[in-house]
Amino acid sequence: MFGYTFRWNQALQALPQMLDGALVTLQVAILSMVIGLALAIMLTLFRRSDSRILRGFAVAWVEVARNTPALFQIYMAHFGLGNFGIHLSPFAALLAGIAFNNAGYLAENFRGALKAIPETQARAGRSLGMGSLQAFRLIVLPQMLRIAFLPMTNQMVWAILMTSLGVTVGMNTDLAGITQELNARSFRTFEFFAIAAVIYYLIAKAVTLGARLVARRLFRY
Amino acid sequence: MFDTALTLNDLLFLAQGAGMTLAVTAVSVTVGTILGILFGVLRFQFGPIWFAPLTFLLDIFRSVPLLIQLVLGNALQSILKLGWGPFTTSCAVLSLYTAAYCTEIVRGSMESVPMTTRRAARSLGMTWGQDMREIVAPLSLRIALPSWIGLTLGVMKDSALVLWLGLIELLRASQILVTRLQEPLFILLICGAIYFLLSFPIARLGGHLEKRWSPHD
Repeated sequence: MFGYTFRWNQALQALPQMLDGALVTLQVAILSMVIGLALAIMLTLFRRSDSRILRGFAVAWVEVARNTPALFQIYMAHFGLGNFGIHLSPFAALLAGIAFNNAGYLAENFRGALKAIPETQARAGRSLGMGSLQAFRLIVLPQMLRIAFLPMTNQMVWAILMTSLGVTVGMNTDLAGITQELNARSFRTFEFFAIAAVIYYLIAKAVTLGARLVARRLFRY
Repeated sequence: MFDTALTLNDLLFLAQGAGMTLAVTAVSVTVGTILGILFGVLRFQFGPIWFAPLTFLLDIFRSVPLLIQLVLGNALQSILKLGWGPFTTSCAVLSLYTAAYCTEIVRGSMESVPMTTRRAARSLGMTWGQDMREIVAPLSLRIALPSWIGLTLGVMKDSALVLWLGLIELLRASQILVTRLQEPLFILLICGAIYFLLSFPIARLGGHLEKRWSPHD
């Protein structure tokens, strides 16, 4: 019909390989999310601190992460750090770029969530004899994570989609990288990438659904 | 770092790249917004069940990496022998990507207009079109605008991915310069600064509007 013959068989034979790649994709996404979450909590603490330098640092991080492309951040980690003699592998560069991005967006989500937690609660904790960090950890943080759970789920899906950018810095073990390599070998671009798209879609849906189930279980009152 | 081989011509090259980024963004956001409004209104009118096939289709654009979408779009246009260049292909894919997000924004903002207000308009004798124009549009616009600005900026940043199809936009232009001049950090910093300058003021405007127009806090 179009003078193009689809060869789905050839592409489907590579499915086990691509599923292995999907595992690496998930691994990068989860790692970047864990690191990003830790950094975001740190940035949130910085934003609430009395030091102007720490506050400025946190604001700068969040604004840069939110106002430049994720691909640029990955390039920065891969090519930019080379100037200082730091040569990251594609895996590390991808992870660093996405974690940086996640931290910025999550910190902004947390800022919104903090608005919903009355300041008086932390003060009540302080007057019960808690330290500042203790009050944050025991009173503010659990509520903050609960309110920001849905945005965090969205960020997780974003992280999964962002891992596909690794292919631009030479990552060849994740789903996009493996797909690109198979494509370079066979030129069955449409078939391979269509299968990759289906796998990405299923992962994204599974994460969304899983998070919804977890939320229902965790946030029962 | 200060004795750089970067010349004025190279800066001009970067500016051209930024122009390409802006052009792709402008076309995609315009087409995507028109489609998004169309889909959003249709979705609201038909209800979720009749619109389910299209919802599913649009959901794909939000759950598959843009890079994969661009590669698939490019492969599809060559399979169909459309003969599109990278610019047209990029704009087509990005438009649908924008439309998918815009549909959700339009739907959400339309749902925020109380049904009673609209019924009141209809019972005053307004037609459906008048109701849409005079009641729904102004009320939902202020809900939708901050998210729409966020979407536009998101598309501007995501348009960096079109470099994969060979379009020389800002990031690709800076990469070409890096390859030639071997000063990755300096050039990437300039590139990042340009993105930041394009995005930050508009992001601030969006945040300001959101604060001013939101009824609470």
